[in-house]
Amino acid sequence: MSEQAIIEDARPLFALLIPWVGMIGVVWAGEKRANWRELATFSAASAQAAVVLSMVPLILNGAIVEFHVWQIFSYVPLLLRVDGPGLLFACTASILWIATTLYSIGYMRGLHEHAQTRFYAFFALSLSATMGVAFSANLLTIYFFYEMLSVSTFPLVTHMQDKEARSGGRTYLGYLLFTSLCLLLPALSWCYVWLDGGRLTMDFIEDVGKIGHFGETTQIILLFLFTFGFAKAGLMPFHSWLPAAMVAPTPVSALLHAVAVVKVGVFCLYRVYADVFGSEVLSKMSGEEWTMVIASATILISSLIALSQDNLKRRLAFSTIGQLGYVVLGAAIATDRGQAGAVLHVAMHACGKITLFFCAGAIFVATGKKYVSELRGLGRRMPLTMGAFLIGSLSVIGLPPLGGFVSKWYLALGALDRDALWVVIVLLISSLLNVFYLLPVAVTAFFRNSETEEHASFDEAPWACVVPLVVTALGCIGLFFCSDLLLQMVGLLP
Amino acid sequence: MNDPIIWIILFPLFGSIAVALSGAWLRKACHPLAVASMLGSTWAAVETLIQAIASPSHEVSYLLGGWSLQLFPRGVGIEFRADLLGALIALVVTGVGLIVALYSRLPVERDTPGREPVYYALFLLQLCGLSGIALTGDAFNLYVLIEVAALTGYGLIAMGSNRAAAATFNYLILGTIGASFYLLGVGYLYLKTGTLNMIGIREAIEAEGASPSVSTQVAFVLVLLGVMIKMAFFPFHAWLPKAYVHSPTTTSCLLAPLVTKVMIYVMIRMVLTVFGVEFSFEYATWTEFMPWLTVIAIVAAAGMALAQREIKRMLAYLIVAEVGYMTGGIWICNYYGLIGSIFHVVSDACMTLCLFLGAGIILEKCKTTRFDGLRGLFIKMPLTMTGFFIGGFSIIGLPPTCGFFSKWYLITGGMVSQRWEYVITLMLSTMVMVVLFFRLIERMHLAVDESGRNLGDGHGDLGLSKDRKRFDEAPPSMLIPLLIAASVVLLVGIYNQDLVDQIERMLQPFNLPTGVHYR
Repeated sequence: MSEQAIIEDARPLFALLIPWVGMIGVVWAGEKRANWRELATFSAASAQAAVVLSMVPLILNGAIVEFHVWQIFSYVPLLLRVDGPGLLFACTASILWIATTLYSIGYMRGLHEHAQTRFYAFFALSLSATMGVAFSANLLTIYFFYEMLSVSTFPLVTHMQDKEARSGGRTYLGYLLFTSLCLLLPALSWCYVWLDGGRLTMDFIEDVGKIGHFGETTQIILLFLFTFGFAKAGLMPFHSWLPAAMVAPTPVSALLHAVAVVKVGVFCLYRVYADVFGSEVLSKMSGEEWTMVIASATILISSLIALSQDNLKRRLAFSTIGQLGYVVLGAAIATDRGQAGAVLHVAMHACGKITLFFCAGAIFVATGKKYVSELRGLGRRMPLTMGAFLIGSLSVIGLPPLGGFVSKWYLALGALDRDALWVVIVLLISSLLNVFYLLPVAVTAFFRNSETEEHASFDEAPWACVVPLVVTALGCIGLFFCSDLLLQMVGLLP
Repeated sequence: MNDPIIWIILFPLFGSIAVALSGAWLRKACHPLAVASMLGSTWAAVETLIQAIASPSHEVSYLLGGWSLQLFPRGVGIEFRADLLGALIALVVTGVGLIVALYSRLPVERDTPGREPVYYALFLLQLCGLSGIALTGDAFNLYVLIEVAALTGYGLIAMGSNRAAAATFNYLILGTIGASFYLLGVGYLYLKTGTLNMIGIREAIEAEGASPSVSTQVAFVLVLLGVMIKMAFFPFHAWLPKAYVHSPTTTSCLLAPLVTKVMIYVMIRMVLTVFGVEFSFEYATWTEFMPWLTVIAIVAAAGMALAQREIKRMLAYLIVAEVGYMTGGIWICNYYGLIGSIFHVVSDACMTLCLFLGAGIILEKCKTTRFDGLRGLFIKMPLTMTGFFIGGFSIIGLPPTCGFFSKWYLITGGMVSQRWEYVITLMLSTMVMVVLFFRLIERMHLAVDESGRNLGDGHGDLGLSKDRKRFDEAPPSMLIPLLIAASVVLLVGIYNQDLVDQIERMLQPFNLPTGVHYR
């Protein structure tokens, strides 16, 4: 990878700072100038997406963009670096932020939510932190933004400010901060102190595989500290924060708890497996299969739990936990195709799952219904929403011609590359389970008549809610056809 | 003014006299005079630090009364010696003093109406004593300055509410016991070495070589015990919460960040300069159990902080826990631990200042600091709360606040010495701090009462009357110092490497174990 051209450019920093500017605009506008406030969020989201997208041609040409911000320690810089996987993740998050902004306008106004200024302000902050994670060039940098994300999402999770919000917020923060402060931080200082005389950057390009200098036991301990330390990845047994975070308003669940926050977790794990340990070290380690076992167990167990959930958002949350397991599994497989599948799955699942959450929120805005069993006959009343839900479900299940198929395909190929047939079987079983817990939702809505309302008329959610979900549903189809481009961007395949 | 080092203490010393005199007929002049003398003192501290960094030996020395080192042996007169550590601590002391002086106008008028001259005179004398402790190079002079700081501290605390007198009495008894232990230890040292100059003592102890005498060991234990009582090390902490809770706002803002931290400095000074690293860390048995004592201290203090239902009291126990952190950093006996300890002295001073200034504002605006009166504070005083919680996040140790970096070095040090009990305790107490501060955030942010009942009628209605929800920020004279303190917390974090460079430069001659295998 060393022959890649490195371009010094401040654009990654701009992508980080634009949300801050947007936040200032939001706070300045306040509740009294609601339209200006939404305009500020909107322009911040668009500007961020534009900046991120403007780097795509550079990366496609095989270059890497770097920007040195600040020296954390004399030997560790806060270095931003844009490479293929990071850029793909950043693109996903920032483009979906635009959709979510439009959606939030419809949702928050439709429900007459309170404290919308605070909502938009902290939303912008979390997106800044997400960009930071996507563009981090070493472990300490990624840790900084990881913590920033935990704290800046807390006001969003507890938005309702009531009892449920309190217990949800406690679980959320308890899990995330416990793991990051008690597992991740020691692992970090351990690496920084003991490797190479304590003068190591843990850079994602230069220091790949340096962990191999440790003894076998230390390597395994570190692997587990990292795996569970990044609890945003939702690996069991540290997954309970995600269902708890569903007390947040749906736009938060949609963008943060299906795209930004959880994907930050798996992205960090991808970095750890691919760019800290590196596939060489991982393949030599003896206890390394356990991460794959944990990920597989997470996939299967969470799918089984999802089957039993009647609350639509909770069902989607457990589905997310399972899908995150795919990404971790792909990263842990440590073959090129497996890791390509993992990175692709970040984008593919993001697009599918955000559609599903958008639909859940739109249903709630239009009808006030939260439970799967209440959805009978809704397909006639909200055909666009439920149609999008169907497309999103099929994408998450992984059927062609939808985006989710491509990433699962590469995951399976990656598993076969290292002769792990059982991983393929796990993938198959879990796809089957996906069918069982996702399709009944759409089936109930379309094919079972409502008991109370005989002639449900066409009655969709506000257009600002419907447009984004239709767009993301179409995006799921589009991703299938441009998956080659994405693979080229990730740069993991020749 | 060629010797800024002496002006660090002369400004507040003369300032206090000026305040006492002028206050007799012009009470309004007290506050500006106090601020002016602290400005001068801070300037002198900055100058001293610059001089110390620039000079080849990295220290600035000043012989009081102009006695000559050529004519007399060390220890004939008093020497003020600011190495990088001393100058740094002096800067912290004067800087905190300046910010608190700026902040003090309204609370002092409220808490001690009509007694401003006395209050400010004591206030300045206190700073004179504390910065003197950081600068002096003489073990007995250190005792005198400790007593100057302590006596003025008693006065400052006793001016508080009704129960302050009892708290002061408690503090006075324990403080005097601590100081006596210290004095006794210095007495032993003087008998043994025949000098009171710190460097002179160390030279004599190093001359003893591999088998230090019993009297030196006794002296060490006595000094340590005295310092530990003064720094409120658990179980000698009983004086601290009462003293800080019942004292006037300004007093707690001044004493909480400084007194314990300066005593930690004294401990570091004793270990490094007076007894020497070899004696303190290698020949003695206390290195084995001191980390365990700090573990007990941290756990106990964190537990007690959890049990509090009032901000100032909770913060007071937090300080006790932080004292455990820093003491542990010294006694894990290595390079990183000491960097962490010294850094934590600086950062803890900044963040405790932040928190106590914030608590003072809450007390001023809400008339209470009990947890159940805090609902809706984010709406009422967003800026104050931002400042307060920057301090809180620093205590938790979230980057990029300075608390993260000091904790980083402490954890690193614990790992290098393989004192896992200390590392694990740091982790657990970090979680306790998370609970402490996010519980506060919950109280201010949510519409839920203590028993978990929903208040208001949903949709962000906090169940408050209209005037308690109004935007009603603290007066600028209190708010601005808080925001300065909060930005210092962030700046120290961002420029941590520059600070650590100076600490490393200061520690290098001591040849501390680093435990890192260089390739």
